[in-house]
Amino acid sequence: MADNISIEEIIKPENLVYAKTGVMTDNITSYCPGCGHGTTHRIIAEIIEEMGIQSETIGVAPVGCSVLMYNFMDIDIQQAAHGRAPAVATAIKRLLPEKFVFTYQGDGDLAAIGTAETIHACNRGENILIVFINNGIYGMTGGQMAPTTLEGMKSSTSPYGRDVAMMGNPLKMTDIVATLPGTYYVTRQSVHKPGNVRKSKKAIRKALEYQKLNKGTCFIEIVSNCPSGWKMEPVESNEWMEKNMFPFYPLGDLKVPAE
Amino acid sequence: MEKELRLMKGNEALAEAAIRAGADGYFGYPITPQSEVMEYLMQEKPHERTGMVVLQAESEVAAINMVYGGAGCGKMVMTSSSSPGVSLKQEGITYIAGAELPCLIVNVVRGGPGLGTIQPAQSDYFQATKGGGHGDYNLIVLAPSSVQEMADFVELAFDLAFKYRNPAMILSDGAIGQMMEKVWLKPQKERNLKLPEWGTTGKTPGRERNIITSLDLNPAKQEQFNHKLQAKYREMEKNEVRYEEFQCDDAEYLFVAYGTSARVCQKAIQLARAEGIKVGLLRPITLFPFPKKIIHERAGQVKGILCVEMSAGQMVEDVRLAVNGLIPVEHWGRMGGIVPTPEEAVENLKSKIIGG
Repeated sequence: MADNISIEEIIKPENLVYAKTGVMTDNITSYCPGCGHGTTHRIIAEIIEEMGIQSETIGVAPVGCSVLMYNFMDIDIQQAAHGRAPAVATAIKRLLPEKFVFTYQGDGDLAAIGTAETIHACNRGENILIVFINNGIYGMTGGQMAPTTLEGMKSSTSPYGRDVAMMGNPLKMTDIVATLPGTYYVTRQSVHKPGNVRKSKKAIRKALEYQKLNKGTCFIEIVSNCPSGWKMEPVESNEWMEKNMFPFYPLGDLKVPAE
Repeated sequence: MEKELRLMKGNEALAEAAIRAGADGYFGYPITPQSEVMEYLMQEKPHERTGMVVLQAESEVAAINMVYGGAGCGKMVMTSSSSPGVSLKQEGITYIAGAELPCLIVNVVRGGPGLGTIQPAQSDYFQATKGGGHGDYNLIVLAPSSVQEMADFVELAFDLAFKYRNPAMILSDGAIGQMMEKVWLKPQKERNLKLPEWGTTGKTPGRERNIITSLDLNPAKQEQFNHKLQAKYREMEKNEVRYEEFQCDDAEYLFVAYGTSARVCQKAIQLARAEGIKVGLLRPITLFPFPKKIIHERAGQVKGILCVEMSAGQMVEDVRLAVNGLIPVEHWGRMGGIVPTPEEAVENLKSKIIGG
């Protein structure tokens, strides 16, 4: 075992099994421990490196926890107004059609204030990738109810649990966009276990490959946790997510291109 | 396309001028009285003529954010709308100003407040010249008073926007947008395919990543950034003031008016001078930066100033600040979509300034 291997031995390039992608910066993360944003950022950055498209990729960051995405990914990024990332990305892609363009948005951004921009970008079939982090809560502003907050789920603005009769039902945006002719590939994944991280990574890579075909919008929901907003330990939050979020937001493909 | 004389609506002339100026993109949403801009562009297929992208957005909000996205790549992009639509765009405009992006926003103003009317007005002066959205910022604001200027100001607005990395606005009105006049169109300019180095075009190995944002959570840095913006606006005030004077040299009284109101005042001057009243017109062309200095100078010469505006009196506040109490400054105007008549302007000059 490792007892008789020196540090010098371990760090030799031929023994390297994993390295941080160069597309991630060394800036200190602003995400909470155990949150899915960091993992999702990393896999996007890894794919950009693996595909060799760092100089061809333009990201659009939202308002919310990932507003500072540009601090963590070493690519050109525009920070959009709340909910408007799909409109911003639409223009970038139409004016620079040979580039890879993606938005990265939370549930409040994408499914509440940005509903119109999301649906219309998908309906026009803009050749962009939309990565949608759904953790059922407004994280950055302090844990308020989101459009995707589950029935009965507590938040700072639904302190007695979401009462759907009064506050409306959680919105399944991914299901909605899957019905639109403009979307080409729609899937729902997670990043809470190594197997799921691999699946998400595969999905994001596939979406960026599809972007080259100019077939329409690719939409990837990542059902994620929010330990701080949910007021749980990271592991507990993942268990809670499996038990409560996945039944309502089941993982898997919603729309796949006919091969 | 060569230089060409045509009879066109103001809105159409502006659209044609945008293609000929080499604009890269237009993003809009229909609203009266400016819908001809996008209709004309769609009819002309600018994508085939120059490669210009034209897209009808789902809302004014989406359209201005498309402008943000395109401008963030360093492209020459624009939108147009009318008053209620421009109110919707204000969030996007303040983000564009905060991210220091060049672009063109056209407001063919109609009467308000609310849904108001579809007839011409000048009641968006405050919104255009004092920022409009949240935060301390200014747009470069150009006020055309003819179809020719609707065309000419497109290129001027883009030049100024790129010179200062600041959004520019053409503040027109329903009369200038809808009326037809002769207009000289400039020859087609090639689209500039060489993009500025600050835009998001993909991080090439030789440079740092480009970030377009208006956010800085560090208040000290944010204040520093605000100082930088203010210095830019002072620079505009030093270099970019534009105005036109009409029969001012021997004037004892002065009209100050822009856009459609300035045309009304030109006729009013003829009528007044026929009665022996020596009145001239100072027409601000840039509403920001405002021609403060020349107005202050003229205040040392004339006995009184009447601001004629199609509003309850907005520009008059800037004129009073420039005059600084030297002589009486009054406002007279019509509202709600009514265009004032020259006769009314002369009457009000007499009652509010000469007899006052």
